[in-house]
Amino acid sequence: MERTLIVAGFGGQGVLSLGMVIARAGMSEGYEVSWLPSYGPEQRGGTANCHVILSDEPVACPLVGHPQTLIAFNLPSLEKFAQRVVPGGEILVESGLEAAVTREDVRLYALPALEEANRFGDTRVANMVMLGAWLELHPILGDEAIEDALRRVISKRHHDLLPLDLEAIRAGRRLMAMARA
Amino acid sequence: MGERELMKGNEAMAEAAIRAGCRYFFGYPITPQSELLEYMARHLAGRGGVFLQAESEVSAINMVYGAAGAGARVMTATSSPGFSLMQEGLSYMAGAELPAVVVNVVRGGPGLGGLQPAQSDYFQATKGGGHGDYRLIVLAPSSPQEAADLVYEAFDVADRYRNVVLILADSILAQAMEPVELPPARDPASLPAKPWATVGRGERAEPNLVNSLYLAAEDLWALNQRLQAKYRRIEAEETRWAEEWTEEADWLVVAYGSMARIALAAIRQLRREEGLRVGLFRPISLWPFPSRALARRAAGTRGVLTMEMSTGQMVEDVRLAVEGAVPVRFFGKTGGVVPEVEEAVEAIRRMVAETEPRHAHPVR
Amino acid sequence: MSVTLRPVFEPTRGLRSDRVTHYCPGCTHGVAHRLVAEVLEELGVLERTVGVASVGCSVLAYNYFLVDMQEAAHGRAPAVATGIKRVLPDRVVFAYQGDGDLAAIGMAEIVHAAARGENITVIFINNANYGMTSGQMAPTTLVGQRTTTTPLGRDPAQAGYPIRVAELLDTLDGPAYIARGSLHDTAHVLQAKRYIRKAFQAQLEGRGFSLVELLSSCPTNWGLEPVEALDFIRERLVPHYPLGELRKPEGVR
Repeated sequence: MERTLIVAGFGGQGVLSLGMVIARAGMSEGYEVSWLPSYGPEQRGGTANCHVILSDEPVACPLVGHPQTLIAFNLPSLEKFAQRVVPGGEILVESGLEAAVTREDVRLYALPALEEANRFGDTRVANMVMLGAWLELHPILGDEAIEDALRRVISKRHHDLLPLDLEAIRAGRRLMAMARA
Repeated sequence: MGERELMKGNEAMAEAAIRAGCRYFFGYPITPQSELLEYMARHLAGRGGVFLQAESEVSAINMVYGAAGAGARVMTATSSPGFSLMQEGLSYMAGAELPAVVVNVVRGGPGLGGLQPAQSDYFQATKGGGHGDYRLIVLAPSSPQEAADLVYEAFDVADRYRNVVLILADSILAQAMEPVELPPARDPASLPAKPWATVGRGERAEPNLVNSLYLAAEDLWALNQRLQAKYRRIEAEETRWAEEWTEEADWLVVAYGSMARIALAAIRQLRREEGLRVGLFRPISLWPFPSRALARRAAGTRGVLTMEMSTGQMVEDVRLAVEGAVPVRFFGKTGGVVPEVEEAVEAIRRMVAETEPRHAHPVR
Repeated sequence: MSVTLRPVFEPTRGLRSDRVTHYCPGCTHGVAHRLVAEVLEELGVLERTVGVASVGCSVLAYNYFLVDMQEAAHGRAPAVATGIKRVLPDRVVFAYQGDGDLAAIGMAEIVHAAARGENITVIFINNANYGMTSGQMAPTTLVGQRTTTTPLGRDPAQAGYPIRVAELLDTLDGPAYIARGSLHDTAHVLQAKRYIRKAFQAQLEGRGFSLVELLSSCPTNWGLEPVEALDFIRERLVPHYPLGELRKPEGVR
């Protein structure tokens, strides 16, 4: 078993922590994991992405050249990475960006993550909505592992947001379930 | 050993240093090593140590000089432009034979260069770097786990030889998070004494002196002879490397650090999909370079490919080691452009094609 | 009738009595060494002192002081002293630097050590030129002063103005004690010793950074007889570099 992802968006959209939660949860589920960030020099607003690998065997190289999954939160990220997704792979995008995907050989899921996050009154949890959507597609990480990962990845001063994060994850699962239905 | 924790290479190195008994860190912010500096800033004071942000890398390395001379386990970390600024201090530390651990998370150069990973400081790291005939012991980890292990051990190695140990890292392994099992914590009070350190004369009749000035030529010659004897001892005792699938390999790839991980992925693919018998030889100590082991391994093969995130630096040491016994090829990219696994696969295929027995004549 | 002989003068235990220094005849480095050594001896801290020598004429200071010493790279003595003091906060740590070392190549290190209030003592020898490399212009060289790199005299239009180090550092919040003394006559030598004593006292009390600037002679490179060189300090250097205590910790007289 191997799962490879690239998560990309603007800095501040929580793309790095989304990937980190998957890696951390993967580790506690017994997988070999790696998480590799890449970001521009800007502290906020620049583009950010991370490479995540979960595998049964030791990770040879933490760089993901061709991901099975691309989660893209903005157009530049989509343009940069869409062509790299392996044939038969999948792209998860924020609704409205799907028109930019020209590939026919990947599954495309457009999800209103921001809108959903807005309904919770906090656009910062859009990344958790996307995480829920990915988890619905890849049921390899248990709820307990995800909760534990969240607690470790999210800085302590934001722990009051944990219930909201979990709710956003559940919402993302529902959105994905509907999208697939 | 404790449980595995998901850690960035930078943080793993910092924590491993503290567990090795290092309580003093002097540094200056520079991407992509700042997490290491910040980790020390957060953790050292609470564990009985001192973190100090210096006004420059020049000052940082000289604070390290003072602290090392005072007998402490001490560390600094920087990235390429900062490492250039430290060369003066490192040369003085070599002359005064001071032990310390220095981390260089290499980024692309020359000049201000970029922030992305590179291996273009190999020459500077392994050939001395500053003025004078000296060497740093250079260890190149290829994962956060190995980075933690090598940093932990580096303090013992540095103390054993009274020599700076340089951890040559890159921003892939420094910024990547992987599971890390940390070594047990050591009490600084339990470490071997350093009777040569300048801690105040106390009962001693003769003061201790930390110094690299020898105005009489014969005295400086004697120092250099002593240093060279030490370097020969280090070559004999501290040469490290790792091998993967090199038994009965027809071809050898030589790569270190994160580049070795890319090479490993490429080799794995070629062995699995095309049945090519390619092995990986990974130098861990870049100085002393594992020349003999490499020569032995290379002897039975048809060709050696050196892969680097540079325009070709380690390849010179590979050629010196192999001494023309088999063809040595090079593949590399630099400036922060990290070679893709497919490119590495392609480079290996190219070498294989060019060194197959059927090509008894030059290919081009 | 028995006569009790009482010593009126003894060599200090802080200096090696068996070594002849390399300093030129008439140079006041030797006086400054002696004052530092006497103060350390009188304070009873010779056994727990670590000194840092710098690059310049005093590069071999470690051959004369009978304390543990480190030799620093050019200008870096305050950084080296910082490293030592942070590891050994209960030891007495001092740096001994000249004006090229401290005020040119080492300006960053001295300013930041002072700004941090680093609990070290710096003895700063100002002789208005680079002595060791035989008399080039220093940051402290006076306007009009001839040196081997200002053969027509220092022209501010071309080479700028001399730096008053004590005053410059006195703009910072970090230092606890800053003074400038002179070594051109006995009265001033004794005053300089009082300054040095207060500087080390400040360190022992944990008050922070202390520096004593000492106007010092360089007859060889100034091209003067030793006595004329002392006159040069009095007539030329003192007017430009006023003497006195610029900064004192509260409660210190």
